[in-house]
Amino acid sequence: MMEEKLKINNVKEGYRQRRFRWLTVTLLLALLTLVLCVSLLLFGNTRYPLDTVIRVLLGEQVQGATFAIGTLRLPRMLSGLLVGIAFGMAGSTFQTILRNPLASPDVIGITAGSSVGAMICILVLKLSGTVVSIVAVISGLLVASLIYALSKIGSFSGGKLILVGIGIQAMLNAVISFLLLRASQYDVPAAYRWLSGSLNGMQMANIPSLLIVLVVFGSIVILLGRHLKILELGEQSAITLGVKTDLVRLLLVLSAVFLIAFATSVTGPIAFVAFLAGPIATKLVGTGAPNEFPAGLVGAILVLGADLIGQFAFNTRFPVGVITGILGAPYLLILLIRMNQRGGSV
Amino acid sequence: MKTSKIILLLSVSLLGLSLCILASLAFGARFISFNEVIDILIHSRRTTINEIVVHERIPRTVFGIMAGAALGVSGALMQAITRNPIADPSILGVNTGASLFVVGGIAFFRISTPGEYILFASIGAAITAVFVYGIGSMGQGGATPIKLALAGAATSAALSSLVSAIILPRTDVMNAVRFWQVGSISGATWEGIVTVLPFLIVGVVLGLLSTPALDALAMGDDIATGLGVRTGVVRLVGALAGVLLCGATTALAGPIGFVGLMVPHTMRLICGPNLRWVIPMSAIGGAILLILSDVLGRLIGSPSELEAGIVTAFIGAPILIIIAMRSKVRAL
Repeated sequence: MMEEKLKINNVKEGYRQRRFRWLTVTLLLALLTLVLCVSLLLFGNTRYPLDTVIRVLLGEQVQGATFAIGTLRLPRMLSGLLVGIAFGMAGSTFQTILRNPLASPDVIGITAGSSVGAMICILVLKLSGTVVSIVAVISGLLVASLIYALSKIGSFSGGKLILVGIGIQAMLNAVISFLLLRASQYDVPAAYRWLSGSLNGMQMANIPSLLIVLVVFGSIVILLGRHLKILELGEQSAITLGVKTDLVRLLLVLSAVFLIAFATSVTGPIAFVAFLAGPIATKLVGTGAPNEFPAGLVGAILVLGADLIGQFAFNTRFPVGVITGILGAPYLLILLIRMNQRGGSV
Repeated sequence: MKTSKIILLLSVSLLGLSLCILASLAFGARFISFNEVIDILIHSRRTTINEIVVHERIPRTVFGIMAGAALGVSGALMQAITRNPIADPSILGVNTGASLFVVGGIAFFRISTPGEYILFASIGAAITAVFVYGIGSMGQGGATPIKLALAGAATSAALSSLVSAIILPRTDVMNAVRFWQVGSISGATWEGIVTVLPFLIVGVVLGLLSTPALDALAMGDDIATGLGVRTGVVRLVGALAGVLLCGATTALAGPIGFVGLMVPHTMRLICGPNLRWVIPMSAIGGAILLILSDVLGRLIGSPSELEAGIVTAFIGAPILIIIAMRSKVRAL
């Protein structure tokens, strides 16, 4: 009797500790995000003191600062923040569903699907704004469902889905190269910039729709996160525990695709954010804890931090995606090596 | 295989290749009838427009044969060495590695001659291939198709951001790279062909020399060692040949994917797993596929044309997907 009680107490204690760790980590991540947000408003061609920034944010007209902060820096920072959260959450959702840290949307072709839609709009139809977003979301969804449908023939397996996705991605990349080749020389730098993911030229008009998408689909992802953890135990265990696996998976995949496609349509595919956020968040909060929200924060930190580096660390201003790509590469390699050494489920 | 079957297979495929060559000379923005093409080739005059057009199409056709054959053999070698059905330059990320080195060469060392392109592309291809294969084969079960594909895709993604970092501040390089990044054989010149030929010959000879040993390797490392094969040396020579072939081709044509994936697969279905036949047949099959893709691109894209690399991606990616769907889940 005593022993059993002790065991239960141990379990409770462990639960409390994990809960505490999760809260601390999440708070710290949120704090770091806030610091990055503020510094993106402070720094630029001209440095403004904190009180000027606050006055501008409160709606006061300040000579010069209102334009620089309100029109240039604020939309840039906000879209970086929202897009980062969206990439992070969507990426970690995919990685959990497919039970493979490498299976993020940018590796298995879904980001490429949105990119193709957006490139056609920008280069061929010369469209911009909301239409591009809608087309990018639709093409991302179409590609995702195509990959899913193809990998469902026979029996579904995560491995099959990844291989099919890589095949589809190869085709989509051919389409993108083709579009670039046919584009007029004048459009090419802009297209390249978009393709590598950039926060340049963000406008306040993009923010509300991005925010709505993030709130709606982000909350679905967070709410279903509990089921996601059970899905991670494997298909059979999840069914035994009463999770409607097909429905949960469908809802989660749909939300993740919406998040990723919408974010991609605004900034272009920012390399490796979706890929890195999940594993980093898991490392911080510990395995087993819900990591969708922390992953979103990590995504935001990656995007905002990389934008700071890209803007100010070099002589040339690099788009944020180039920085995340280069910073992400070594981590990716370490991850690949570790995962393969462990043998894992790959 | 029986001798009669070999003779039949060889004659059918060579006949197919000649038809493709004829088609490559005949089709395009201006159609010239087969009879006229043959007539022009025999008399080799260059006065009328038709005669000039046919002669203009000869270098790209010759280069198409060479590049296709090289890619086919390279794929067959890589698949044999890695014992992996999806080993292909485009999946292993080798094309992106070659791209990175060529782009870096254009930007930092001002390379411009075909010879320099080949050197840079081959080095990039070799480093990437070794790297991806090394990572993909760590851990349990060695290099399974899925581990290899993921390692290749992830490495490709990392390398492409490096490519972007190099070209974004340099608009001039951007334009040079834009045309090179889509694989195409339309820009072939006699100068380029002459430069690339020695590399291809060395690659093919090395590949053919290592065939018997690679066949032994197919039975497993232990048995191969028992048969007196030095497995390490064989793998190295075979890999060198494979990388040389695809690196040299990529240098001139740009990244052309999936030829090395599709052709050896088809050839194994037709003539069995014996590399003694698979490798030569892959050469012929690769040439047929690439020239056919090029002709198809000219027909679909007319009055302009669609690059061969885009056509092969569209034919090849579905094949990869079919392979993925047919392979047993366990094997992944």
